[in-house]
Amino acid sequence: MDFWITQAFNGISYGALLFLFASGLSLIFGVMRIINLAHGSYYLMAGYLGLTLMRIGSTYFLAILGAAVIIALVGIIMVRVFLRKLSGNDLGQVLITMGFALIFQDVALLIWGGDPFTINVPKALSGSVEVGPLFFPKYRVFIVLMAVLIGLGLWLFQSKTRSGSMIRAAVDHEEMARGMGINVPLVYIGVYALGAFLAAVAGVIGGGFLSIYPGLDFEILPYAFVVVILGGRGSLKGAVVGSLVVGLIDNFGKVLFPELSYFTLFAPMVIILAVRPVGLFGKA
Amino acid sequence: MSVLEKRWVKPTLLFIVFLVFLALPRITLTFFGSTYLVELFVQSMIYGILALSLNLLLGYMGFPSLGHGAYLGIGAYATGICIIKLHMGTLPASILAILIATFAAALFGLFALRARGVYFLMITLALAMLVWGLAYRWVSLTAGDNGISGISRPQLGPWSLREITHYYYFVFGIFLLCLFIISRIVHSPFGRSLVGIKESESRMRTLGYNVWLHQYVCFVIAGFFGGVSGVLFIFYNGFISPPSLEVTPNMEILLMVALGGPGTIIGPFIGAIVIVFLKNFVSVYTERWLIFLGSIYILTILYAPKGILQAFDLAWKFLIGRSTAEKKQEKEYGK
Amino acid sequence: MENNGEALHRSRQTPLPATQESCLRIEGLSKNFAGLLAVEDVSLEICSGERRVMIGPNGAGKTTLFNLIAGNLLPTSGKVIFHGEDITRLPCHRRAYKGIARTYQITNLFFNLSVIDNLVLAAAALEKTKFSFFRPLTSYRHLYEKGLELLSWIGMETTRNELVKNLSYGVQRQIEILLALTKDPRLLLLDEPTAGLSPAEAAMMVDILKRLPSNITFLIIEHDMDVAFELAEFITVLHYGKVIADGSVDAIKANRTVQEIYLGVK
Repeated sequence: MDFWITQAFNGISYGALLFLFASGLSLIFGVMRIINLAHGSYYLMAGYLGLTLMRIGSTYFLAILGAAVIIALVGIIMVRVFLRKLSGNDLGQVLITMGFALIFQDVALLIWGGDPFTINVPKALSGSVEVGPLFFPKYRVFIVLMAVLIGLGLWLFQSKTRSGSMIRAAVDHEEMARGMGINVPLVYIGVYALGAFLAAVAGVIGGGFLSIYPGLDFEILPYAFVVVILGGRGSLKGAVVGSLVVGLIDNFGKVLFPELSYFTLFAPMVIILAVRPVGLFGKA
Repeated sequence: MSVLEKRWVKPTLLFIVFLVFLALPRITLTFFGSTYLVELFVQSMIYGILALSLNLLLGYMGFPSLGHGAYLGIGAYATGICIIKLHMGTLPASILAILIATFAAALFGLFALRARGVYFLMITLALAMLVWGLAYRWVSLTAGDNGISGISRPQLGPWSLREITHYYYFVFGIFLLCLFIISRIVHSPFGRSLVGIKESESRMRTLGYNVWLHQYVCFVIAGFFGGVSGVLFIFYNGFISPPSLEVTPNMEILLMVALGGPGTIIGPFIGAIVIVFLKNFVSVYTERWLIFLGSIYILTILYAPKGILQAFDLAWKFLIGRSTAEKKQEKEYGK
Repeated sequence: MENNGEALHRSRQTPLPATQESCLRIEGLSKNFAGLLAVEDVSLEICSGERRVMIGPNGAGKTTLFNLIAGNLLPTSGKVIFHGEDITRLPCHRRAYKGIARTYQITNLFFNLSVIDNLVLAAAALEKTKFSFFRPLTSYRHLYEKGLELLSWIGMETTRNELVKNLSYGVQRQIEILLALTKDPRLLLLDEPTAGLSPAEAAMMVDILKRLPSNITFLIIEHDMDVAFELAEFITVLHYGKVIADGSVDAIKANRTVQEIYLGVK
């Protein structure tokens, strides 16, 4: 029984990290209808940036913020300068994000080299919390808390604010939104920057308990794909459910069927894509 | 009529190119004293076959697949496993491997063709990741990270294919065969139906075409040729390992098609040559190959979406100046 | 005096004369789109060789009905019977084999291909050769001859190598019809053939339609009342997804309900 609880918690906490990472991808996909293939790169570069910021004296939380802001700026440049040139050509934009993903991977290798790193987390977040006979790592609890906080923040933003409604309008019916005077290109920049910001936050936080190394960008990207596909394009609820499902499947898969773990992860995704391409909560 | 449109020019050019390829090993040995160039062309032709098959999906059918490298991987791994683990002979192993790759395409196609556009991109990538995951984790079958090695090239009659020059001619022969078959397919009624489907699925359906079936058959054919490239690949390298099935190689193959010219027959092969050569030359001077690749990618998508041939066309128009181009246009309209 | 739709509707349900073969019979056809009943309990019968025009205000369900007949949509209930055969659930592409052809209100051609390529693709649609992999399409001369034959019928042979996207809208609408004619259909479904055409172009279109062989059955959706009355032998009027009138041209002209809908006469 203890085994199951511990593994379930591990799956949930991994799912929480994935939510931080994939919510941005889902948002970008939902509004701009493109799959940001550079999303994993944002995660990786943010991890490295967080590491560097802390090395030059920043605190852990400031490092998260700093890395996220820098990555958001990178995202803004990508949309404003490059993606904008191909507006209307969804596939072309996706391929451009792919080109950047390759460039970012190499740049990261150039600056930070090939060795893996982990970020030193503050003392307050290390160690474990004792609950009966079980030990839950404090850092994992922190990740779950962060995910819940940010999830709530996103939900409030989406349903209660004016910007949130504009984004929802753009997701539901772009032409109508344009017709109503909503500055759709600006919404795109904002959404893409927000997505990049979230990926970066995930990157620094993730770097605290998973190591950062070259190749991580493309390793973690498919996980976000599965979340987005399971949960549905542009759906916050879908991203939550999707992340939890993926986190749990991946964790239990690795533990119970180590040889087939990727299969247990990707097979459901392929099936869902075939049966209900818009995902569990997605809009057509 | 421009020079290129005269009837005898194209076949003559092609024939000259064919002769160059035939004489290549002799030329390079005489002038450079090494078989390096020969090796590069072998690689180009192997990837060329893969790119040509992806072109059927991307250029003619209009479906962007980011997981086509999976078929090279399946072809290569199947060959390796059959030879090393099942102790099969070279020819039976190769044939079985191609069949397995084709079967995989038949299976994957059932799922992938439920999607269009960006969703198709994602599902093909996911399928490729699935294959990679199996190669990486199913250690008892695939030896995981170590990959399958120790594959040596067989004897083909009096020639030992272990000599790179001999293998070059062998691959060249297979490449020409694949090129010929694909060319026939593209010009056939079936191939033209794919173009129609890309233009308007609904119209084709109303006219009486079973659109899904045409797409499925194309998908399976593409997988078949992918398998062929996989067999040639493992015999060239002598081994196969998970990194060859990752996301990056899949992106490289897509770029070969995009760069060379999707929807043209020879374009993807030109793209393959460019990428293979660039990769090898750039790697001599710097390790920053991916920055190069990514930049070329972005520039191609932005400025020459129809590929290198279009880029040449644009450069030509730029060089000979607008007035000459305009004069030519007037001549054409006057006809 | 017969001035309500119901009486007219009943009159069409009397058994057909022995010489008149039923081409298309629709029984109680309905299509429900998540609560919106686009087509509601539509029944009608069209004889072989008949010229039937369907009119009705926008949103009356005409195109939906077309999609149901052509197979682009499946009905929620009801039957579609074509020359005595129940084709209600038959896939779209198989209906072409039965002899059903349709055109689209928004021109649906292969814009990046030449005119002759468009026609050849249409001509090849029902042949076994479409799965031929090895002979080039260009070697099937009979397909090209069929295409040229159709083009010369409307006097447009010179356009054969033009890309469709470079042609004028009026010519595109004509090619739209030609594409449907390539396989000698038994039932021709024309969705607003004169949509967007100038009066002169519309007149040309009407002329073309009138010249079509008399053994082809027509079902035309038309918005232009003059064209409708000129082409039709019988007219069906649709309103809010239901058939409200159905009869000869004169009967429809005299029908009070129809007059109310179109002219606001009380």
